[in-house]
Amino acid sequence: MQHSNKYIIIYSTIMVVLVAVSLTFIAMGLKSKQEDNIRIEKMQNILASVHVDATVTNAIELYQKYITHTLTINNKGEELQGVDAFSVELAVELKKPAEQQQLPVFIATLEDGLNYTIVPVRGKGLWGPIWGYIALKDDYNTIYGAVYDHKGETPGLGAEINTDLFEKQFVNKQLFKSDGNFVSVGVIKGGVSDSDLHNVDAISGGTITSKGLEAMLKDCLINYQEYFKNKGKI
Amino acid sequence: MSNNMKKEREALFSAKNIKLLKNPVNLDNPITVQVLGICSALAVTVQLKPAIVMALSVTIVTAFSNLIISLLRDTIPSRIRIIVQLVVVATLVIIVDQVLKAYVYDVSKKLSVFVGLIITNCILMGRLEAFAMGNKPWPSFLDGIGNGLGYGAILIAVGFIRELFGSGKLYGYDVIPKAAFEAGYVNNGMMILPPMALIIIGVIIWLQRSKNRELIDKS
Repeated sequence: MQHSNKYIIIYSTIMVVLVAVSLTFIAMGLKSKQEDNIRIEKMQNILASVHVDATVTNAIELYQKYITHTLTINNKGEELQGVDAFSVELAVELKKPAEQQQLPVFIATLEDGLNYTIVPVRGKGLWGPIWGYIALKDDYNTIYGAVYDHKGETPGLGAEINTDLFEKQFVNKQLFKSDGNFVSVGVIKGGVSDSDLHNVDAISGGTITSKGLEAMLKDCLINYQEYFKNKGKI
Repeated sequence: MSNNMKKEREALFSAKNIKLLKNPVNLDNPITVQVLGICSALAVTVQLKPAIVMALSVTIVTAFSNLIISLLRDTIPSRIRIIVQLVVVATLVIIVDQVLKAYVYDVSKKLSVFVGLIITNCILMGRLEAFAMGNKPWPSFLDGIGNGLGYGAILIAVGFIRELFGSGKLYGYDVIPKAAFEAGYVNNGMMILPPMALIIIGVIIWLQRSKNRELIDKS
């Protein structure tokens, strides 16, 4: 049956309005639940960097127990007032000029009574963003734990950055040389000796992701170097 | 299949309707026989859990889009029918995506763009054009479920094989005993990569055709 133009226009208008209204209601209804999921995942990641294994159900409780203090700093290491560290979006901050960036810092106090400083990092992998959290011991130099995640790196190759095997390599590596120069942690090919404090072994077949991870650590952690130096007397 | 018009009322699960459900699972399978919707079958079958969630999502979307289009079929202007179909499918897919994000966040992350890509899944448009536009709501709904299940069955079979041999797990649980690894067994990394999904689907197609000779192309 052939319909008139008027019919077609009215038909499509009604259809689009109905669809738009119903989708809006559904999206509004589910929004708070979706945001909770994202917050819980962030808490799980932060806790994982200090080797606390949190599930979806106990993440909030464990986060409140172990993360005793949060603050936001600028790249000179000065604390910024009135900014909630947890809600700072690193992806947005990294696009700003270095001196305007707001950098979140999370302080965890674990069962051993020591304080660990956790900072977020974010960069580019082969296919999309990669990110993670680095926890430092109270010398503000030695890495206590690192956790990474990625949007869509190749399974079995680049995606190996979020396996224990890769993440464990970062434990006890140091960000500063003994003369106080910031060097970050390099991700290099061909194996690394245990005594090498500033490099880890890259992933075979995941060269671009490994390089991206190295750049991410350097670019993000360099903004924190003043803070680390002041705090750790490096 | 399209001349399925019925003169008199028939039982909800008449032989004809049961056939609508069963055929796509085997003899008229959307993936192995119609060769539709292959791309997502390659991408989401590394593990069983995403494969199952994807199968369910596609089943829900095909069933309800078939139902809605069939209900509207006499009012849809033929000149914009593809647009109307797309709007219905897109709406359902967005709803599914939002619900997954709210209730099974970890799975929704694994499925990532593939839920959104259900919109362009050829199975959906194929069934809407070939079936729902010319059939009553109930048979259309069953046809949608049947095709969703047919798609899902292959996805789950591929996911099962890939997770078992690629990671030594099923649904995230370790199934291959530690002793086997200690004795020198290793997971097959090839299973995790997309080409293996294509090879497994190829093997399934081969097995199915050697059992059902009538499926083999005459040419």
